Amino acid sequence: MIRTQEYNLNFGPQHPSTHGVFRLLLTLDGERVVKAEPICGYLHRGIEKLAESRTYTQIIPYTDRMDYLAAMLQNWGYVMAVEKLMGVEVPEKAEYMRVISGELSRLASHLIAIGTYSLDIGAFTGFLLAFRERETTMDLLEELTGSRMTLSFARIGGVAADAPEGWLDKVDKFMDKLPDCIDEYDGLITGNEIFQARTRDVGVLKPETAINYSISGPTLRGSGVDYDLRKAKPYGIYDRFDFEVPLGKNGDCFDRFDCRMREMRQIIRIVKQAIEQIKEIDGPVIAKVPKVLKPPKGDAYEEIETSKGIIGYYVVSDGSTKPYRVHVRRPSFINLGYLDEMLRGYLVADVVAILGSIDIMLGEVDC
Amino acid sequence: MIENATALVEELGKKFDYIEVNEQSSVIVPADKLLEFMQALKDDYGMDFLTNETAADYPSENKFEVVYNISSIEKGFTIMVKTSVDRDNPELPSVFPIWGGANWQEREVYDLMGIIFTGHPYLKRILLDYDYEGHPLRKDFQWKGGRE
Amino acid sequence: MFENLFVGIADGLRSLLGGLPLEINEAIVMLVKLVAILVFILVNALWLVYMERKVAGYMQARIGPNRVGPKGLLQTSADIGKLICKEIIIHKDTDKVVFMLAPVLVFVPTLMVFAVIPFGKNMAAIDMNIGLLYLLAIASLSTVIFWMAGWASNNKYSLLGSMRSVAQMVSYELPMVLAILGVIMITGSLKMSDIIAAQEHTWFIFTQPIAFLIFFIASVSECNRAPFDLIEAESELVNGFNTEYSGMAFAMFYLAEYANMLVCCAMVTILFLGGWLAPFGLDFIPSWLWFFIKMYVVMFVIMQLRWTYPRIRVDQLMGFGWKVLVPLSLANIFVTGIGMYIYRAIGW
Repeated sequence: MIRTQEYNLNFGPQHPSTHGVFRLLLTLDGERVVKAEPICGYLHRGIEKLAESRTYTQIIPYTDRMDYLAAMLQNWGYVMAVEKLMGVEVPEKAEYMRVISGELSRLASHLIAIGTYSLDIGAFTGFLLAFRERETTMDLLEELTGSRMTLSFARIGGVAADAPEGWLDKVDKFMDKLPDCIDEYDGLITGNEIFQARTRDVGVLKPETAINYSISGPTLRGSGVDYDLRKAKPYGIYDRFDFEVPLGKNGDCFDRFDCRMREMRQIIRIVKQAIEQIKEIDGPVIAKVPKVLKPPKGDAYEEIETSKGIIGYYVVSDGSTKPYRVHVRRPSFINLGYLDEMLRGYLVADVVAILGSIDIMLGEVDC
Repeated sequence: MIENATALVEELGKKFDYIEVNEQSSVIVPADKLLEFMQALKDDYGMDFLTNETAADYPSENKFEVVYNISSIEKGFTIMVKTSVDRDNPELPSVFPIWGGANWQEREVYDLMGIIFTGHPYLKRILLDYDYEGHPLRKDFQWKGGRE
Repeated sequence: MFENLFVGIADGLRSLLGGLPLEINEAIVMLVKLVAILVFILVNALWLVYMERKVAGYMQARIGPNRVGPKGLLQTSADIGKLICKEIIIHKDTDKVVFMLAPVLVFVPTLMVFAVIPFGKNMAAIDMNIGLLYLLAIASLSTVIFWMAGWASNNKYSLLGSMRSVAQMVSYELPMVLAILGVIMITGSLKMSDIIAAQEHTWFIFTQPIAFLIFFIASVSECNRAPFDLIEAESELVNGFNTEYSGMAFAMFYLAEYANMLVCCAMVTILFLGGWLAPFGLDFIPSWLWFFIKMYVVMFVIMQLRWTYPRIRVDQLMGFGWKVLVPLSLANIFVTGIGMYIYRAIGW
């Protein structure tokens, strides 16, 4: 037996495959990982502390900056928590607008996830092809909200605006086109022999472990655990839509990737149904809420399903115009908690594959 | 069979005499009974998913309130469990042995709020620098800048 | 008329220098040939970078470089110009001599190899009788240079990359040589011109298809192209052995990659695609043009591979090399031997 020496490798914070400023302190034996210590906080901006000196409405843009790839979902979670605190009833049309813009956000985020994942594995073309469809999604969101990434579209009690003229038809048209594009990715990435060899049986996450470690989103569902908040405890109007929750079998990187892929097809179903239903609804897109928000004393916790997992907002009010405490349960952050054990025994190339398959967003990890 | 959060909270209120149940269907547990209660919650009631763990600082009452949101994957509901810690001696048993998901969340609470979780395997600062002084989410934390 | 263009130039030069003693005359002509090859490689490397970016662009639903010069043709020249102007950063822990030597030497094996490559009829600078052996021997030297670069950088990523490079060379050189053995068995010569002449009627791609596949895969791996670009692996090792290089030192590695590709494509063309021989009797197109056409077709295929496939993992690479390619190439030699025996026995 050859005696080998272990050494440390700083994987990041400046590294193309950490998807931001994330650092992994790897202890390697040759190319094999012996131990990995995830170190985060390079993008910590103290959003929770900042929120304590802002009014309730002013916090909405801060939530954008967490997962800026699916900003609408971040807004949505926050406003739901405040609405629960205040007991505001959201108009039906606003709920539909939230679903459509939220699902488009989720789509944009998943497109980035699969695109960057193919880049992590080494296929550059998948990345740019996914960006092509994301660009269309961004254009649609821009037309609706005026902004590409930091949407700030949700308002406490509803959404900022109604859909512009003809926008819903554009979304509908895009949704008609999208299945072909997803087939294209499936052909280029999912079906690829090398891609499958690289991702199958790599970074296996057992369902018990995933539940125990509070892992959520496609990462949890890739392990075969059927827990999607949209189905498990439908918030908003999700109980009105007919869709499936894609599940994986083995809990390896491929299953996690494939879950996102199949989830995109479900997004199409949801959005198409929402568009069909919203056309019959007339009414305001925002409830009557006072100009100055002063929720009653108390606290509220609300969670929704974002593209990365469960985002939860815990808001405490002391009866003033500013929240007493805001805490965000960030899916990317908690999903990383098991990373060390997941990486052990794999090669450096697998580190990239496993980290990419969890689909983290550093703005959210570091908050 | 318990099918929703309200029913579970009611049931818990009957079973454990040391807990306090409030009207928002959340449960308040004394800190010394926390582990025992949580273990029972996981083993007997199938609350297997620790969604959220955080803390809030109440200097006026000289306490930290630690909040746990625990879900059941199977039935899909969430209950809120709260416990209070003395502000002068912020020590609380870690729930990491029960739910691994507490791993990073407790590190975060320790980092930003300064509550020490005894029994946590690796309680180190996670977001801030290792040699940072103070815990910024405490209400008495002095910070420069800001809007005031 | 164009057929003998370059041969004619060489002869003209020779007669122009007729007054000089024969040795000096030959030496000057050889020098001119080598300079011509050098220029050819550099221009080609520049052009190939551009071609690569254009091919990538069209494969990825975008346009690619289109601003500098007509259709963006001068883009790479501009890039190289920029890189020349940039500082070459040498950080304090490098082995400075080796560190700077590596980018200087990186072109050497490639240039040496080109000396024996016949670009057209009578157009090899030197038509050695052990040309193929020479080529194989020199071509694998580039690994040493990658190793030098990785080691001298004193960077763990670079070290990992260069160690991968050595492992890859060891496990892919073997099937490559064994695959060529089938060709050599048929021709019975290591001389380039003999190998090409033997393909007068049938290209070896048809008589030795398995050898072609093995050789093609191994040579893609030898020039570190995706899906075998583990040495660079920008998403894992942040460009591997050349992470620490900047400015022109980096550009040398970058261009050398394309020069290596050129060698690989030239070898595939010579060994399996009939070299400069014109197919279907289309010999109104000069032989050297045929050579380039074939070479660029191979190049295009390699580029498409790069922009289609993800990167293979290092253990899979080794496994594929030793468990698939080596046995397959051995089997190919065996089958070729039997085939030749039968062929001779029948006496076609």
